[in-house]
Amino acid sequence: MTSVRLLVGTRKGAFVLTSDGARKNWKVSGPHFAGWEIYHLKGSPADPNRIYASQSSNWFGQQIQKSNDGGETWEAVDNTFAYDGVPGTHQWYDGTPHPWEFKRVWHIEPSLTDPDMLYAGVEDAALFQSKDAGKTWAELSGLRGHGSGPHWQPGAGGMCLHTILLDPKNPKRMFIAISAAGAFRTDDGGATWRPINRGLKSEFMPDPTAEVGHCVHRLALHPSQPDVLYMQKHWDVMRSNDAGDSWHEVSGNLPTDFGFVIDVHAHEPETIYVVPIKSDAEHFPLDGQLRVWRSRTGGNDWEPLTDGLPQSNCYVNVLRDAMCVDTLDKCGVYFGTTGGQVYGSADAGDTWAALVHDLPPVLSVEVQTLA
Amino acid sequence: MIRVVLPSHLRKHANINGEVAVEIEGPATQQSLLDALERIYPVLRGTIRDQSTQKRRPFLRFFACQRDLSHDAPDALLPDDVIRGAQPFLIVGAIAGG
Repeated sequence: MTSVRLLVGTRKGAFVLTSDGARKNWKVSGPHFAGWEIYHLKGSPADPNRIYASQSSNWFGQQIQKSNDGGETWEAVDNTFAYDGVPGTHQWYDGTPHPWEFKRVWHIEPSLTDPDMLYAGVEDAALFQSKDAGKTWAELSGLRGHGSGPHWQPGAGGMCLHTILLDPKNPKRMFIAISAAGAFRTDDGGATWRPINRGLKSEFMPDPTAEVGHCVHRLALHPSQPDVLYMQKHWDVMRSNDAGDSWHEVSGNLPTDFGFVIDVHAHEPETIYVVPIKSDAEHFPLDGQLRVWRSRTGGNDWEPLTDGLPQSNCYVNVLRDAMCVDTLDKCGVYFGTTGGQVYGSADAGDTWAALVHDLPPVLSVEVQTLA
Repeated sequence: MIRVVLPSHLRKHANINGEVAVEIEGPATQQSLLDALERIYPVLRGTIRDQSTQKRRPFLRFFACQRDLSHDAPDALLPDDVIRGAQPFLIVGAIAGG
């Protein structure tokens, strides 16, 4: 029987929400790792019972947890994230050189085919790989060693590598994004990288169209057309039809194009979702109305989705890893807020309901569609 | 035996109830104590000291015998009462409110 499992990372622990295919009634378990920040959890596409979690704390540092039973029990694996060679420097907020220092894992991306292989995107920005289910980690240092590395600067949330997309049609190709350096692509399995930011324009930069320095908040793709990328930038919703070689803006009629999340419908590659946020100074929905906006045309033409979402006095944020879609028909869409709500739609966004109300601030939401 | 008291998050993380008794061969210093503690509980690696620098994590302090030992050299001998087990070595997390 089909079921759905939501993996929710929060400021004070992880929660696992489960439902059958109807997605009406949800069982909540947790908090797992109570009191720790869980930036991200994600299950292996090759073995859904294998789940990895990033557990961190300003007091006690970084842990990586692994579950082999769908999140019932957990085991700490290796937490040594050592930069390759001499770490070097990037730019600090004031433009001075600052040594690369590991702080935390923002995002975990398991391999599409091997449950023991996974990637970790970390702050200060770097990409690590484990081939043994987290027993050991090695940096893919070609990314940080890209010539632009010394010029990368942190965004307000830290210099984090927060997005990792694996190309399902080309195992050598991977996309990543860093705040505030931009998007990068490898075509050789992570050995070498190139910035893919042509077409982006960021007015806060001395050169608004520079090769690096853009605050990319999130990338998304549909598995059937991995050369088409969608991006929620700090401001601007962008699209690329050539695997990031060039970008054009598709913000269209959005009431504000600031935001963090972006995702793609599981069965309609041109249907995308964003949650517009008022501005970079005011991280909450416009006019206190929480609205998901959907485009069925790959951008530019957008419609607000409001049914079941609070339309007054709502001042939460939706962070960059906190939206996902399941693969059921109709497609389920989920997102979590800094107010501790997780909202879900079992009809591709037409109607919404709060699956849970009062969790700690939500950092990430991932979904597993289980056979 | 040296008695060590960990903050509650770390006790839970390492499945520890109450104090930990740690036996050290050779000089009993902060470094040898934490090395021994991490050998017994590998999941504590990186939680008390930074993995790369081996420095005490900034939001943790080391107290014993009504003294703050946080800034003692890692290779300085621990107080006699700690070495004899009369007093525990306290690893304390910074207080957070709000």
